[in-house]
Amino acid sequence: MKLLLKKYKFFIALTIINFLLAIFYPAVGKKSIEISTNSLIEMFIIVPPIFLLLGLFDVWVPREIIIKLMGENSGLLGISLALLLGSFSAGPLYAAFPVAAVLMNKGCKFSNILLFVGAWATTKIPMLLFEAGSMGWSFMLTRLLINIPGIIFMSYIVEMFVADKEKQLIYQKGLSL
Amino acid sequence: MFTFALYFSAIVLLLASFSRDKKRTKMSLKKSWKALENILPQFLSIILVIGITLAMLSPQEINNLIGRQSGWIGMLIASILGSVTLIPGFVAFPLTAALYKNGGGLMQIAVFISTLMAVGIVTLPVEVKYFGRKVSIIRNGLAFVYCFIVAMLMGGFLT
Repeated sequence: MKLLLKKYKFFIALTIINFLLAIFYPAVGKKSIEISTNSLIEMFIIVPPIFLLLGLFDVWVPREIIIKLMGENSGLLGISLALLLGSFSAGPLYAAFPVAAVLMNKGCKFSNILLFVGAWATTKIPMLLFEAGSMGWSFMLTRLLINIPGIIFMSYIVEMFVADKEKQLIYQKGLSL
Repeated sequence: MFTFALYFSAIVLLLASFSRDKKRTKMSLKKSWKALENILPQFLSIILVIGITLAMLSPQEINNLIGRQSGWIGMLIASILGSVTLIPGFVAFPLTAALYKNGGGLMQIAVFISTLMAVGIVTLPVEVKYFGRKVSIIRNGLAFVYCFIVAMLMGGFLT
């Protein structure tokens, strides 16, 4: 119980803030609760299948295969797979990190994991379709074409900044999550 | 539609897994639950932060801040707004489309959309949990800078 309280302390604090807002600034508070409820529904709709797939991926896909496909020497294949995996996703960016942790466990190259996160953030297909619908196809395609080389380039830059030892530490932490 | 495909594949694969190996399927479900349970407090907190910030920041206010005449200052404000807020696509795109039609600047809108997607201040604690402080800061910092490149290129190509 105490542990649970500690784990959820920010959530509890924010809930209290929200209710205080509702009491002192009814308009803002009401709107905030409304928006939170909508996001909560969105989360509960999108998150379960992602985590189910994550669990299945973890027990069924052997480490050797991911090392071969997306590991240190996977080259262009690894880059393409990371891009595709990130693009064929749904849901907000924060749902990408637990999946990234599983990729770490499976021996995926660090830059490919970063690329996967980058793709999840910027080239998600359901989002692109929505973007094309509201901003127009030329806006969406131009942004997409500028972003793809960008996220590939950035994934390598970030990996360059991180020493092997730090990488090992991050991977070990991923193992425990 | 896409969500449906996601559910469909999750259920089909789960059934296939169950018929092949019950024990392993149980392990996978345990793993799913553990991964979710681990991150759920942060997820819930993020959702409340989104609610509170969006309630205080109306579309009208965003419109005033990053309109066509706002120039570089507008771009900077747009990028900061995009970085600190976390607005789901189905809310953000109708908003930016309306901004654009009502005379919002293309570069401001592009930098807003780009930072909204790629830079996450609210989600930074979650990112740090998985990637550590250094990687998270470098990734978000680089992404922030790149968003300006994206916006300027888009301004060049589309106007």
